[in-house]
Formats: sequence, structure tokens, C-alpha cells
Amino acid sequence: MNSLSPGFRGRRRSLAERLPPGQYPTESFPVLSAGPTPRVSTEDWTFTVTTERGDTRTWTWEQMTALPQQGIVQDIHCVTRWSKFDTRWRGVPLDAFLEDVATEAGFAVVSSYGGYTSNMPLEDLLDGRAWIVHTYEGYPLSPEHGGPARLLVPHLYLWKSAKWVRGLRLVIEDEPGFWESIGYHDYGDPWREQRTWGD
Amino acid sequence: MPWRRVRLVERRSQTPSARSLVFAAPGWPGHLPGQHVDVRLTADDGYRAVRSYSLAAPADGESIELGVQTVPGGEVSPYLADDLPLGADVEVRGPLGNWFVWRTEQPAPVLLVAGGSGVVPLAAMIRAHHRTQSRSTFQLLYSVRTPDDVWYRDHLADGDPRHDVRILYTRQGPPAGTRAPGRVGRSDLDGPASRLQPASPVYVCGPTGFVEAVGDLLTDMGRDPATIRTERFG
Repeated sequence: MNSLSPGFRGRRRSLAERLPPGQYPTESFPVLSAGPTPRVSTEDWTFTVTTERGDTRTWTWEQMTALPQQGIVQDIHCVTRWSKFDTRWRGVPLDAFLEDVATEAGFAVVSSYGGYTSNMPLEDLLDGRAWIVHTYEGYPLSPEHGGPARLLVPHLYLWKSAKWVRGLRLVIEDEPGFWESIGYHDYGDPWREQRTWGD
Repeated sequence: MPWRRVRLVERRSQTPSARSLVFAAPGWPGHLPGQHVDVRLTADDGYRAVRSYSLAAPADGESIELGVQTVPGGEVSPYLADDLPLGADVEVRGPLGNWFVWRTEQPAPVLLVAGGSGVVPLAAMIRAHHRTQSRSTFQLLYSVRTPDDVWYRDHLADGDPRHDVRILYTRQGPPAGTRAPGRVGRSDLDGPASRLQPASPVYVCGPTGFVEAVGDLLTDMGRDPATIRTERFG
């Protein structure tokens, strides 16, 4: 008899082509955060882009929500192994915040209310592949899921999609963020299973 | 990080639906209390499923202990809890998670707040502390539904004078209980929090709603959010 998990059958194998390796589909929406949930009101919320020269541009909630909005339907993949299909969001593509910014930077560090950070190549935030989202399944994004607004970069593991987003710093040299500095992969492509250092 | 084949050598019931599983893990590199592993199961046709489980004990050579709460209808937990035969193998990858960990050199008193099976990584911390000579104190507030739902009774009653364990019942307490059953509230946290230092770490682990509620209570009480580390599930 095979002695590796004998008798285990598992569920049926549908949706296999939509599921990155090592993931399982879930209907629920688990919450994973390193600390307590910060409470940020939309009156106090701002989003600031800072270039490598220290130039800044800031949007208030009112200004952000006045930008052209997009409906977004995307699969999301958490490094803790769950994936969720066809999540529906509303928000603003990052291109709208970056189109007038003059920069030579190749990388970005996103920062959150509460102190969280994450890093990624700037190009991963452009061309309609990343958004600031404020609405989930038709309702205002709840605080435990990152409300009032979070980053959404669905083609990378979800820890890159920083909750409670407050800013984006453009940098010439890549700088590891919160999880990236304590063991998570620098890039985090779910299709290449880039979970931890060395993957 | 490699997948490593480990062998089930011991299974103990903690509650009617919770098990401690001890695996022989040749070449295990060690871990910090609070870390977890990914467990991978493989069916005969090659289908695989992976879930995360917290390590319930401090590093102990080539032996690792996991805590498994059966999720009714779950794909992996009922199999691990009751079906995986003793002497059979699964694969694990880890240790994982370098944030929700307690390091023995941390000197400040510590508060642990557990909801249900969230006690598993916190038990690893309290057991690790029991082995040290540290003069720091550990307080554990442990919320369970009923007395039948308490895990690790032997480890929690370790007689360590540096440990203060309080079990809070949300549905039904023991006959001699003095606290009315109910969710963790401010009055449960005031005393333990008053015995902390400003920089003391607080570790909160449990279902999402529990962790959200405790995190809000602690920050409303004025604790620095940066000192509160959380792990949520469900």
C-alpha cells in the first residue's frame, strides 16, 4: 500500500486551469492581517504618490472617487493557499495616479495606515493591472478587508494588495516590504509559486 | 523550501473534535513558537490538497506536533483528525511565518489571547517559555464555548508561577464559575493589560470576528497597535 496519505481522496478536480499550483478554491473571504485593523475614515483618508526625488502628489477621498471608476472582476490568490474566483470590485486604476508623474523609478513601495508596506516592480502597477479599490461586491470595502480603500494587484499573491492603502513611494532600487523582509518572496507570482525566499 | 515527508507517530484527542498529531520529521530544522507549516495530502490519482496548521509545541529535535480542529465537511481536517493511519506519511513544508512568533530573548511580560483553536500557536509559546529561565511573565486569556472545548489542559496547568491562565466561557461555564458566560469584554482585558509594560507584546489568535473584537478592545484601551500581533482564521 502507498504509505503517503493513504485513503485520502480530496474533492473533484474542476476549475483546475484557473487554480494556481498549490492553491484551493474557497467561497469565503478569509482575513489575514499582521495586527489589529486600523480605523480610517474617508474624511481623513488620503493617497500620496512620492517620487524618487521626493516630489509628492496627494488625492483626498473626494478627489479619488471623482476619478473615472472601473468595475473589476478578478480571481485572487492568497499565499496561505486559498484562491477566490470572480471577486467583484470597484475602483481606480493606478495608471490614473501615475500618468502625470515623471519618474525613472523601476520599483514601488506601497504603504498602509497602520504601518504595513509591500514592494513590487512599478510596471506591475501599470497598464490596467492594479487598482485602488473601495467597493467589494457592491458594498463599501469593510475595514477588515482593507477599507476604506486598498490596493488590488490580483496577478500577484494577495499580500501585495496592501489594505488601508495610504501611499506609493517610487524608488530606483528595490526595497523589501513587511513580509518580503521576513521570508516572503520578493515578487510573489502565484503561477510560479513564489511563496517564500528561494522559491 | 523543500517538501519533507513526515510520519504520524501519535494522535491524542484534545476535545471531541480536536486532535494533537505528533509526526517524526527527519532532518527538521527547528522552528520558533508561533510558526506554522503547510501540510500536503496526495490522493492515489495524484490530486493534492494543502492546508496550513500551527505548530503546537516548541522545537523538539526531529519531532513536530500540530493541532487540528475538524472543520465539518472540510477537505483536509477530518482526514487528518481521524483517518490518517498511525505510521503513515504526509508531506510538510516549513516552518513558515516569521511575524507571529515569540523569541525567548524577549524580556517583557507577554499577554496571549486565544479564541477556540487559536490556542494552538499560543500553546507553543507558553510551552517554550516554561522551558526558559526568563523572569518574564506570561498571561493567557483563553476563550472557549464550554469546558469540553478546552485544549491542552495539562500544559496550561503547568504549575509555572510565571504563568497566569484564565479560561473564559462564552456559552456555558463550569458549575463553580464566577464569571457569567459571554464573549471577551473590556472587563476581562483590563486586569491582564494593567500588568503589561507599554512595549509588551500581545498575541491574539482565533476566528476573524474574535480577533477583530479583541484588537479593537486593546487599541481602545490605549495599547499601541504596533505591539499587537494577530493571526486570524475562518
